[in-house]
Amino acid sequence: MADSNAPKPSSSVKLVLLGEAAVGKSSLVLRFVNNDFQENKEPTIGAAFLTQKCNLPTRTIKFEIWDTAGQERFASLAPMYYRNAQAALVVYDLTKPTSLIKAKHWVAELQRQASPGIVIALVGNKLDLTNDEAGAGGDAEDVGAEESGDARKISTEEAKTYAEEEGLLFFETSAKTGYHVTEVFTAIANAIPETSLKTARGPGAAHAASRTEEQRVNLNGPRDSNAKETCVC
Amino acid sequence: MPPEVDAEDNNCGAHEVTSSPTPPPLPPRRRQPSEGPVQVAPSQSKPTTALSSIDISTLSFPDGSRGTFSTSATRAVSTPNASGYVTPSRDAAAGSDLADSMSVMSFAPTMRPHGDLASLVAGGLNRKSRAWNLLRSQTETVPPFERIELGAAGGLDGFEREFDAIPDNATDDVRLAIFKSKMKHYMILSSAGKPIYSRHGDLSLINSYMGVVQTIISFYEGADNPLLGFTAGNARFVVFIEGPLYFVAISRLGESDSQLRSQLEALYMQILSTLTLPTLQKIFVHRPSTDLRKPLEGTESLLSSLADGFTKGSPSTLLGALECLRMRKSQRHAINNVFLKIRSEKLLYGLIVAGGRLVSVIRPRKHSLHPSDLQIIFNMLFESGGIKAGGGESWIPLCLPAFNNRGYLYMYVSFFDERPDTTFPSESSQEPGASDNDNNGYDGDDSKEEDEIALILISPDKESFYDLKEMRDKFAAQLTKTGYLSLIRSVAAEGRPKIQAIAPGTQISHFLYKSRANVQFCMSSLLEPHTAPSSSTATAAAASDTADKMLARRRLMTLYHELHAAMHAKHAHLKVLHAVREDAASLAWITPVFEFYCIAGPNVSRAAMAQGANRVIQWAKREEERLFIIGGGVF
Ligand SMILES: Nc1nc2c(ncn2[C@@H]2O[C@H](COP(=O)(O)OP(=O)(O)O)[C@@H](O)[C@H]2O)c(=O)[nH]1
Ligand SMILES: [Mg+2]
Repeated sequence: MADSNAPKPSSSVKLVLLGEAAVGKSSLVLRFVNNDFQENKEPTIGAAFLTQKCNLPTRTIKFEIWDTAGQERFASLAPMYYRNAQAALVVYDLTKPTSLIKAKHWVAELQRQASPGIVIALVGNKLDLTNDEAGAGGDAEDVGAEESGDARKISTEEAKTYAEEEGLLFFETSAKTGYHVTEVFTAIANAIPETSLKTARGPGAAHAASRTEEQRVNLNGPRDSNAKETCVC
Repeated sequence: MPPEVDAEDNNCGAHEVTSSPTPPPLPPRRRQPSEGPVQVAPSQSKPTTALSSIDISTLSFPDGSRGTFSTSATRAVSTPNASGYVTPSRDAAAGSDLADSMSVMSFAPTMRPHGDLASLVAGGLNRKSRAWNLLRSQTETVPPFERIELGAAGGLDGFEREFDAIPDNATDDVRLAIFKSKMKHYMILSSAGKPIYSRHGDLSLINSYMGVVQTIISFYEGADNPLLGFTAGNARFVVFIEGPLYFVAISRLGESDSQLRSQLEALYMQILSTLTLPTLQKIFVHRPSTDLRKPLEGTESLLSSLADGFTKGSPSTLLGALECLRMRKSQRHAINNVFLKIRSEKLLYGLIVAGGRLVSVIRPRKHSLHPSDLQIIFNMLFESGGIKAGGGESWIPLCLPAFNNRGYLYMYVSFFDERPDTTFPSESSQEPGASDNDNNGYDGDDSKEEDEIALILISPDKESFYDLKEMRDKFAAQLTKTGYLSLIRSVAAEGRPKIQAIAPGTQISHFLYKSRANVQFCMSSLLEPHTAPSSSTATAAAASDTADKMLARRRLMTLYHELHAAMHAKHAHLKVLHAVREDAASLAWITPVFEFYCIAGPNVSRAAMAQGANRVIQWAKREEERLFIIGGGVF
């Protein structure tokens, strides 16, 4: 558990959220940063920049979060947001098949263009719309879409298999209930290699800090990292 | 051919006036017994409006001129033809030609006239305005025309539901009925007939309407007479064609064609702001049948908040001017200097805006800011929830079409936290952010987002976010240290000046004052009880109610739109206009220096209004350097 009293080294981590419009990127950020949720949130304009601290046992991570609008016409701007990013959250809506296709495109682009060491988490959002018992703790990995009233269109298995192949962290979340949201960010914080962390000096530090790091991290899944850690923000 | 009278227009007795072959009798002017006998026609059970020129000898002008207008004009009250500036300059012969063509045109869509007819008919663009109709109704030679009247109360029935979404779960019949009950529609479609945007109803619901609209517009497009507008029932359709895009406004609120057209132009500007002109052109050159909704993704909410602003009634749009926060000249100067001192090399424009009012601007000497560009920015920040939805600082590529419609600029936006001592609001706290007001939540008055102070930094460099962020952090620290941030906050919280503070004892209820040279305006508080002269006294008492406030603002703005339309009708050359109707009296006055519009209760005399106007105008002259930003910080 985090100890908020002891002085710990603190580092900035630049994190970018990518994914089709309306999958819930801003909602995940709002849940993480303000522990809040809004139905019928208006679409993001441009990109939003937010910060949030995440306390780990041995250090504090200050996330500098870029929440992008994900609109087609600004695809050419995306490199500015993921350049030098140490982490990316690629989000899809598990009730919308096209959004996973879009997510795969983003993953491919990140693997091609972003910093080699970037930690990528694939996140299937809106778990509350499925019949899974979201929030009850079970991952319910084999709930089928056939069940009545279940809006799920992308099975956990399908997305998880893909994530493992690509070496991505993988979570299913609900920004609405808060289920697994903090866990995503904590897992990312834990997965960032120590060597790529520099002490934060101020806004934009992460932007400048990560230029030199070269190592590539391969992750096998969320359960490898200290997913039990919670952020004390 | 007998002049046409719109048969549906039965909510007001006044239309009989316009079909009368003789100039209509004037309604009684109250409290002015010295005016002599007045005729009251029995049929005129509800004389709603009277026009008269004003006794200008009571007026003096801030620019020093005096008595520019002949006092004999007061006699024009009973013989309007004698007054060159009340009556649009048309000779009788042309007028009767016009009678024929116009009566045809009340069936047929309005067409752009040819040759010298243009100068005659063009003035008719504003013909729907009540004031304009009344103006014309006093002239024998001017034919009656279709008119859209807003009954004092009835005309706005259901307006409080205007912005409610059409429910998804209702039957199509119910949804269409709700769709049709809206008083204002905006639609955008491509010339190939592809729907792009509709304020109300999802596009599947109204696809067939779009098809009809497209057919009608294209029918005229091949001809030399592009369709500009037409009337169906009590709704006015105005069409604006820009390249491959058709814009249509449908209004039952009595706005003039040119006012509606400028609203449509603003929607077009928003589209350019999203795409830039070359991109828009490229899309349609390559594939004329492109569905523009995908490239415009995310723009819909901006178009809707613009549209709703127009429907609620926007003084800024009406006057084509922007509003500033009233502040001591020395204080504004000091803020500008702090701003200039910490300026980043990457900066093009820097703005501080409090509650939608401009506090400070810094800009390069060569470039000033255009009101239509500022409208796009203000709408994005204060009317649409999109930026606040982001929750932190924002970085937004946008095109400012009046500045340059060919490329993007990059806008950094940060809202100053409400806590006065916070210099780094981007450092989030655990407390939930102020809840976004959704688009429907209406607060059309001074209480609106008083505490929202935004810093806007615009750069041509898309990589300059961290530079501008650093500039913001320095600026926030400076503004906090010097106390200017709390000053701005408290001035903004005070709201707009109360009219009784400006001119104690005056009977004027509300005014708009536009400084023409500065392209800026000021107005009195919308919160005062007499803002919306209303037949129902309960209205003022329940003014706290949102729906009532919205209605009150719309009534007020409808009057201003009518006044404005009459003053700006082509060839009208009006300088002063005084109008009385059942529920309100209004006065407009235009000089090279200013445009002034004010509203009072229906029984307030001309003399009292003129006197009040004079005092407000003198106040505005005195306060000019506080009310308006003159020059701004230039680098
Ligand atoms: N039911 C449900 N709705 C969600 C969830 N996350 C987001 N939404 C809704 O999905 C819509 C789009 O969310 P938003 O965060 O703006 O998506 P973005 O475009 O990816 O940033 C909004 O109406 C949200 O309220 C979720 O976990 N469950
Ligand atoms: Mg978003």
